[in-house]
Amino acid sequence: MTAKRYAMAVDMKKCVGCSACVIACKEENNVPLHHYRDWIDQKLTGEFPSLFMEIRSQRCNHCSEPPCVGICPTGASWITKNGIVLVNTKKCIGCKACIAACPYDARYVHPKGYIDKCTFCAHRLEKGEKPACVEICPTSSLIFGDINDPGSEISRVLGSRKYKVNHVETGCKPNLYFLE
Amino acid sequence: MPKITRRDFIKISGGTMVVVAGAGIYTGWNWFQADSITDPGTTADRIVPSYCGLCFWKCGILVHVKNNKIIKITGNPHHPLSNGKLCPRGAGGTGLVYDPDRLKKPMIRKEERSRQVFKEVEWDEALDYTAEKMLAIKSKYGPEAFALLTHGAGGVWFRQLLTSYGTANIGVPSYALCRGPVETGFFLTYGASPPEVENTDMKNARCITLLGTHLGENMHNTQVQEFSQAIGNGATLIVVDPRFSVAASKARYWLPIKPGTDTALLLAWMNVIIEERLYDADYVEKYTTGFADLKKHIADKTPEWAYARTSIKPDIIRETARVMASGKPASFIHCGRHVTWYGDDTQRIRAVAMLNALLGAWGHKGGYYLPVEMELPKYPYFKKSDYKPKPPVDQPKDAGYPFSESILATGLRDASIPGKAAYDIHGWMVYGTNPLNSFTQPAKTIEAIQHLDFIVTIDNLPVEIAGWSDVVLPECTYLERYDDLSSAPYRVPFVAMRQKAIDPLYDSKPGWWIAKELSKRMGLEAYFPWKDAEEYLKVRVKAANLDWDTLKKDGVIVGKNQPIYIEDGVVPTFDTPSHKIELFSKQLKMAGFDPMPEFKPNEEPPEGMFRLLTGRTPVHSFGRTVNNRLLGDCYAENEVWLNDKICEEFGIKDKQKVVLVNTEGIRSNPVKVKKTRRIRPDCVFMVHGFGRKQRKMTFAYNKGANDTDLMTKDKADPIIGSKALNVTFVKIEQEV
Repeated sequence: MTAKRYAMAVDMKKCVGCSACVIACKEENNVPLHHYRDWIDQKLTGEFPSLFMEIRSQRCNHCSEPPCVGICPTGASWITKNGIVLVNTKKCIGCKACIAACPYDARYVHPKGYIDKCTFCAHRLEKGEKPACVEICPTSSLIFGDINDPGSEISRVLGSRKYKVNHVETGCKPNLYFLE
Repeated sequence: MPKITRRDFIKISGGTMVVVAGAGIYTGWNWFQADSITDPGTTADRIVPSYCGLCFWKCGILVHVKNNKIIKITGNPHHPLSNGKLCPRGAGGTGLVYDPDRLKKPMIRKEERSRQVFKEVEWDEALDYTAEKMLAIKSKYGPEAFALLTHGAGGVWFRQLLTSYGTANIGVPSYALCRGPVETGFFLTYGASPPEVENTDMKNARCITLLGTHLGENMHNTQVQEFSQAIGNGATLIVVDPRFSVAASKARYWLPIKPGTDTALLLAWMNVIIEERLYDADYVEKYTTGFADLKKHIADKTPEWAYARTSIKPDIIRETARVMASGKPASFIHCGRHVTWYGDDTQRIRAVAMLNALLGAWGHKGGYYLPVEMELPKYPYFKKSDYKPKPPVDQPKDAGYPFSESILATGLRDASIPGKAAYDIHGWMVYGTNPLNSFTQPAKTIEAIQHLDFIVTIDNLPVEIAGWSDVVLPECTYLERYDDLSSAPYRVPFVAMRQKAIDPLYDSKPGWWIAKELSKRMGLEAYFPWKDAEEYLKVRVKAANLDWDTLKKDGVIVGKNQPIYIEDGVVPTFDTPSHKIELFSKQLKMAGFDPMPEFKPNEEPPEGMFRLLTGRTPVHSFGRTVNNRLLGDCYAENEVWLNDKICEEFGIKDKQKVVLVNTEGIRSNPVKVKKTRRIRPDCVFMVHGFGRKQRKMTFAYNKGANDTDLMTKDKADPIIGSKALNVTFVKIEQEV
C-alpha cells in the first residue's frame, strides 16, 4: 500500500470568500491576532460590466518538493510521511529563510519567535477528523483527502474537473488545487 | 438624586479590570515536541450544544470548553440550519465572550460636580432604581408611556416583563428597517410571508434571480449552503445589483441596474413573460386572481420602456426573462431580506411576489417550499393582566400606515418627541439593539432621547445607546446563559435550545434573571411563575412531548419529514380576501394605493453626488460585531467603494482617505476608498455598522465611516411606514 499524499482542492465556483475557514483555523490552531495560516484572495479581471472574479481560500500548498524544507538550515521544516510540510518549533531559530523561499507567502513569524504555517490540521487528521477549515466551510468548497487513493473525493474531483495550481513554474509541485 | 434634565453622552468608564486584548482567543502553545506532530491543545474537555447568537438565523452550535474557557465554536451536525457548518461570525463567538470591552457591572448615571458620569453599582441598587423609575412613569403617564426596543432571542423575557407591566409599545427594529416590505408585500399577494429562514428552495432551483440580495456577503448559513449547492448543481444565476457582488461574480447574468429602478425591470420581465406566454398558465389559472388586469397593466412596460429607466438593454431583459421562465416552476426571484431601500419597497416586493406567481414558484419544488414547524405550546402563563393597554403609538397622529403588520420601532422613537403621536412615550428599555446606529435620522433619535424621563439599556457591550442611558445592565453573552427555545418554519420541524457553556464572566447576568428580578420589584412577580430559565424550558419541552435529556444532549430535536411541495400533495392555501394569489390587490386599491405596482422615478442624486448604498461583509452582523477582535482580523474597518473611472476623474487613489458629505452637510469620518470596477459610477457602497463613537468600544472606536449618520432623510413607505435607507446622496471630499 502506498503512503498517503494529503492534498486540498478549493472549489472556486462555490467559494464565496466568507472567511469562515480563516476564523476556524485561528481558533483551532491558536493563531495570534494579525497573523494568518489561511486567508482569502480575490482576483478581478475584465472591464465594467464584463467582469470576472476568482475567489481563493489560500494556505500552505504542502508542496511535494517544498523549497522551504530544502532551505531550512536547522532541519526544523520537515515533511511527514503523508506529505504534510511542518515546522518543528523547537528546532526553528526564526531565520526566515523559509519565508523567503516560499512562493506562496504561506509562512509567518509567530510572536514567540518561530515560523508558523498551515499544518493541514495534522493533529486532527491523527484523530480521523478533517482540517478545521474543511469542517466549518458553509459552502463545502474545501475538499481534502489523499490523492494517492483513487477512490477519494479529492481524486475524483481532480480527475473530473478543470483545475489549476499556483506558481506551477517554480517546480515545487504544490498540493493545493483550485477547481475552476 | 438630582433630576437629570438633559442627557450628555457619557463615554462609559465602567470596568476597572484590565484584560489583555485577545486573551482567551488563543490559549497556550505546547512547546514540547520532537519531530512529531504538535497538538495546539484545542481539544475540549466538554462540548455544549446550543444555538448561535451572532446573528438571528440561530444556527446550531457546539461550544468547545476546556478548563471552563470557550476555546472554539463549531457547527452542530444535528441541527438542520447548520448541518455541522458555520459562518465566520458563528465561529468567532469567542471574540464576543472574551471582548475586554464587555460591560462588567451595572452602572447608574449620576451627577458629580455638575458632570454626568456612570457609577458602578451593585445589582440590587441598579434594579431597585430601574423599577422605581419605571413605576414612576407608570403612575404619572400610564404604562403605555414606556416602550421596549428589542432585538434577538433574549428579548422574550423583557417582552413578558413589559407586557405584564401594561404596554403594547414593543418594537423590533427589523420590520421598519429591514424585512417589513417582504413580510407585507408577500402577505398582500399570497396571504403568507417568507419566514425568517426564507423558504426559497435554492438547492433544487434551476434558476435563481437575486435583486440586491448579496448572498455570500450576507452569510445566513443555511441559505449560503444551499446557494453553493445550487451553483454546484449548475443552476443559472441572474443577479441584479449596481455592484458586482460576490453573488454577481457567480452569475451567468449580472445586470448592473441603475439604483432605484428595480420595479421597472420587474414590470418589464412580467411583460416579456406574459406577452410571450412563458408563464405557468395552469398555476396562474388555478391559484391567482387579477391576471387579466395585470396583462393590461404591463402591456406598455416593454423592455425598451424599461431600458430608458434601468439602463439594462432590452435584449438582456428579454433573454433573462426567457431563461428564468424556462426553469419554471423551479425558478424564483429571491424575496430579499434587507429591502427597505427607496420608500416604495412594499410595491417593489409586490412585483417580486407577482413575478414569482407567474413562474408558479410558490409551493413548487425549486421555488418557495411550504414550510413546516414544530408544534410547541407557549409557556402556560396563567396570570393574565386585566389591564387593557392603549393601542400602540408607533404611527404618527396625522398619517397612518394601514398595512403595517408590526410595531414600527422608528415610530416609537418618533412618539418620544412630544406631540407627534396620539400620546407621548416617556421611557425606553433597550435590549440587544442600538438605535443610534440602526435608525435613520440619528438627530431625531437624540432629540427623542432628550425628552425621555428614563432609559435602561441591557447589552453585552457599551454600545452608543448605553452612553445615553440612565441605567446600563450588563447581560452575559449568549454563550453564558439559557434562553427560550428556538423553532422556525423550515423544511423540517425542529426545536433547539440555548444553554450556557460557561458561567457568566464578571458581574453580568442572564436576561431571564434580570427580567424576573425587575418583575419582583414592580409587583409583577406573579407573571414570572418559573424559578429560572431551565424550569421554564422544561415546562415547554414537556408540553411539547419532547425529551428534555435528548434536547440537552444534542441541542436540537428534529421532527419527522413532512411534505413541503405541491408536487408532494400539499394543497397551498392563501390567506388573502379572495383566498387566491392576488395579482390585483383590492385591499391596496380600497386603501388608496396602486392595486398593481407602478414604476415611479425616484429622486436622482444631484450633479456631483452619488447615491449611498450599504450592505454587509460576511464577517459582521450589522454593527453588533464590529468590536469583536477575532472577526476584526478579517474585516476591521469599512471602506467606501468608488468606481475606478470616477476615481481617475477626481484624482482619487485606492486606499486614500476621503470624507463623505451628504445633502444636509453631514460629514462622515475619513474613510478609505476602495477604487474598483465592481460598482457603477453613479453610486458608492459601504458596509454598515462602522464609524463608532463609543470610545469604550476600544477596538471599533473611530474605525471607518458611519453610514447611519449620513441617513438624515425621512422617507417612509406609505403602505407600511418602513424607512428608506438608500436615499442618501453624498459628495466625496478629499482630505487636505
